[in-house]
Amino acid sequence: MTVQAWTFVLVAASFTLYIGIAVWSRATSTKDFYVAGTGVSPLANGMATAADWMSAASFISMAGLISFMGYDGSVYLMGWTGGYVLLALLLAPYLRKYGAFTVPDFVGDRYYSQTARIVAVVCAIFVSFTYVAGQMRGVGIVFGRFLEVDVNVGVIIGCFIVLFYAVLGGMKGITYTQVAQYCVLIFAYMVPAIFLSMMITGNPIPQLGLGGTDQGTGMALLERLNGLHQELGFAAYTSGTKSMLDVFFITAALMVGTAGLPHVIIRFYTVPRVRDARISVGWALVFIALLYTTAPAVAVFARTNLINSVADTPYTEMPEWFTNWEATGLLEFDDANGDGRVQFVGPDSPMTNELTVDRDIMVLANPEIANLPAWVVGLVAAGGLAAALSTAAGLLLVVSSAVSHDLLKRAFLPAITEKGELLTARISAAVAVVIAGYFGINPPGFVAQVVAFAFGLAASSFFPVIILGIFSKRTTREGAILGMISGVTLTAAYIVYFRLIHPELDNAANWWFGISPEGIGTVGMLVNFLVTLTVSRFTPPPPPHVQELVELIRIPKGASGPSEAH
Amino acid sequence: MNEQPSESALPSQPAVTDLEVTKRHAEYWRRNIRYMWILLAIWFLVSYGFGIILTGPLNAINLPGTSFPLGFWFAQQGSIYVFVVLIFVYVKLMNRLDQEFDVNESEGI
Repeated sequence: MTVQAWTFVLVAASFTLYIGIAVWSRATSTKDFYVAGTGVSPLANGMATAADWMSAASFISMAGLISFMGYDGSVYLMGWTGGYVLLALLLAPYLRKYGAFTVPDFVGDRYYSQTARIVAVVCAIFVSFTYVAGQMRGVGIVFGRFLEVDVNVGVIIGCFIVLFYAVLGGMKGITYTQVAQYCVLIFAYMVPAIFLSMMITGNPIPQLGLGGTDQGTGMALLERLNGLHQELGFAAYTSGTKSMLDVFFITAALMVGTAGLPHVIIRFYTVPRVRDARISVGWALVFIALLYTTAPAVAVFARTNLINSVADTPYTEMPEWFTNWEATGLLEFDDANGDGRVQFVGPDSPMTNELTVDRDIMVLANPEIANLPAWVVGLVAAGGLAAALSTAAGLLLVVSSAVSHDLLKRAFLPAITEKGELLTARISAAVAVVIAGYFGINPPGFVAQVVAFAFGLAASSFFPVIILGIFSKRTTREGAILGMISGVTLTAAYIVYFRLIHPELDNAANWWFGISPEGIGTVGMLVNFLVTLTVSRFTPPPPPHVQELVELIRIPKGASGPSEAH
Repeated sequence: MNEQPSESALPSQPAVTDLEVTKRHAEYWRRNIRYMWILLAIWFLVSYGFGIILTGPLNAINLPGTSFPLGFWFAQQGSIYVFVVLIFVYVKLMNRLDQEFDVNESEGI
């Protein structure tokens, strides 16, 4: 069978599986729809969280990004995993004990204020839409490359699939589809990585191969790559070029943002008990770490391979994958000095660089680079789609529950019936899919870049008020509202100013203290903490029933079934 | 669970007052906070400490038995492994603490 035939078969098979699971696990109550009836086992929830969490950006773009950034790519690796420690220690068990359906639920009740609830709803919708736009684009790219369908048609197909299982199954359907999607995506990621590791280092475990020796030269692989970088005028791979402060702030923004993302937080509402919530975070990180420790290895293998096969080599001797990808426009060669050879050089070289490589290729082209059989290429396509669809579904659920539960049931239309609320939840999920599809067809920027901003916004809005809501009884509604507004406004303004209004000023010389827009979420978070704490000191303390609620959240006993209270 | 038999050897526990419950809960919370700070200190050390601030000097040595520069290894591999271990250690500590203070949930479901 050809590559394209395999891709069709594998993608179609995986889609059938997802739809089958959705039909089997459809939701019959709002509790099913929002939190999967709180009956998900911690292990399954961990796997679903991993799929929910790892987006098209993690699967398609991250290894490529690291490949180009070297050490600087560590911000993504540490940032997107370290947040789980915060989730386990500071958030998940307490939010599970509280037993709400959504994040604004908690914020509204803890801060005894409809205003706080509405602010939280706006933040949740804003963060989720920023994030989901990137996912739909990812779906389109995979379809475009592997099935030679128009990107827009790809987006529309993706929308229909998500629509079907998110609207039908709600959180319950999403959870069990995500378990299947995790299996598909991790298999699709590991197979080419293992083959590449064997090919380059002779060690089948990529995490170990990364620290092993390059079979071609007998040198340590990382040393060899550093040497190649030096020859070609790139910065050393293992040291990077970003300032230490910026690396610090970006890492912190991504970590804290992870712990503040509504679609990640609500996953821990779905398990039966507080102790399940704790261990479930652990399982989630195990499943995520599997991909996240493989990605830097893939980055190095792909980078070494790219340089070895193309640098200063005649254009006519390029391998087949090179010409294949050239046709997609993701790889461009411009023979500036007319010598017929590919000069692939860095900023420190006296020569002109002639090769432009789109970072997404690094993962997508791996099977071809490693000469793997056609079915592996199809598998990577199915994996990329699984990653994008699972994240999109989780985000859409946040949007839908924000509208039907937080806005209607808890704020504007408390008299709505269970049936009415479930119907509204389904309708808002459907509307959200359509809007996400629109953004997928008219994307606001790079997939990974857009996603990175969602973290800054989550870090500067939810993280501080949830933490303080649990750990400081004295935090007041005035503090929390002003804190969220100031944190998110500052972060959004900084990002919009440098990325949209004045992109020409977007460099270290103009940034505050050299902190890039990716890292500004950390500053926003600090401002949020500061404002919330200060305002809380000067406003009347929370009423006694809220202080009792905080006491109750801190003790696991009696968590089973608090959601009945709604 | 395996507490020593109390000296008064009463057949059943005397009714605990609200004040005692509150005190026990406060002690439970204090212990929880202490575990939290210790684990967060390690979390900070391996990522921000070894992976970012000290990565330059650490790169001068290799992770024993491999050719990883140590700072780079912490930034792209080691910190992630430590994160996983930290969460499981926390789970273990808290499950024990829940038992000790008798605040664990019923085994149902």
